[in-house]
Amino acid sequence: MAKFKVDVRGETCPVPLIETRKAVHKAAPGDVIEVTGTHPSSKKEIPMAVKALKLNLLSVEGSATAWTIRIQR
Amino acid sequence: MDQNNTGADRVTIVLHSGDMDKLYSALIIGNGALAMGMEVSIFFTFWGLQRLQKGGLEKGPLSKMHMFGLGKWMIKRRMKKSNVSSLEKLMADYKELGGHIIACDMTMDIMGIKPSDLREDLIDEFGSVGTYIQTARDSTITLFI
Repeated sequence: MAKFKVDVRGETCPVPLIETRKAVHKAAPGDVIEVTGTHPSSKKEIPMAVKALKLNLLSVEGSATAWTIRIQR
Repeated sequence: MDQNNTGADRVTIVLHSGDMDKLYSALIIGNGALAMGMEVSIFFTFWGLQRLQKGGLEKGPLSKMHMFGLGKWMIKRRMKKSNVSSLEKLMADYKELGGHIIACDMTMDIMGIKPSDLREDLIDEFGSVGTYIQTARDSTITLFI
């Protein structure tokens, strides 16, 4: 089971969503994608994309401006 | 018409405008939709098509407050400060995520633009209104920008 780290700290809309989507493309079922970022809207929107893409949202941690989201394909 | 038969929802955008801020809207919405698992097609027509000319992507003025270029310069400075991606980067991401680009051949006729004048690396197909209608009729979200 591979782990993908996506660092989008300092990036603004729509880059966090885009980079998360790219990582999801590369991941195989069972792989974990860990996204770290600082953009407040992305903390809400990445879970929305995870739901829309029918993936598994493992955890959402941190504050609005320093968060880590873990997703399983 | 679901061109890829994935059953995914589609966004179809008509990009009629060539203004820089409107290019941003089209590409941000396009990328956002792709990130959420949708398919996206952008139909570049009229002034939008000019942005597909080689070297032309970032040439559009601001739609308002352009102030002979001063407004555009100010907005670009603010975007840089907020770390907003360039149009080139948004376009590259759009294509990488599978975004579709259709160039309007009627506009090309009217404006005397040849395929070789355009960024053929970005364009998936050349079409007219029929292509647009077939794409748009089954789309969940359709926008005119």
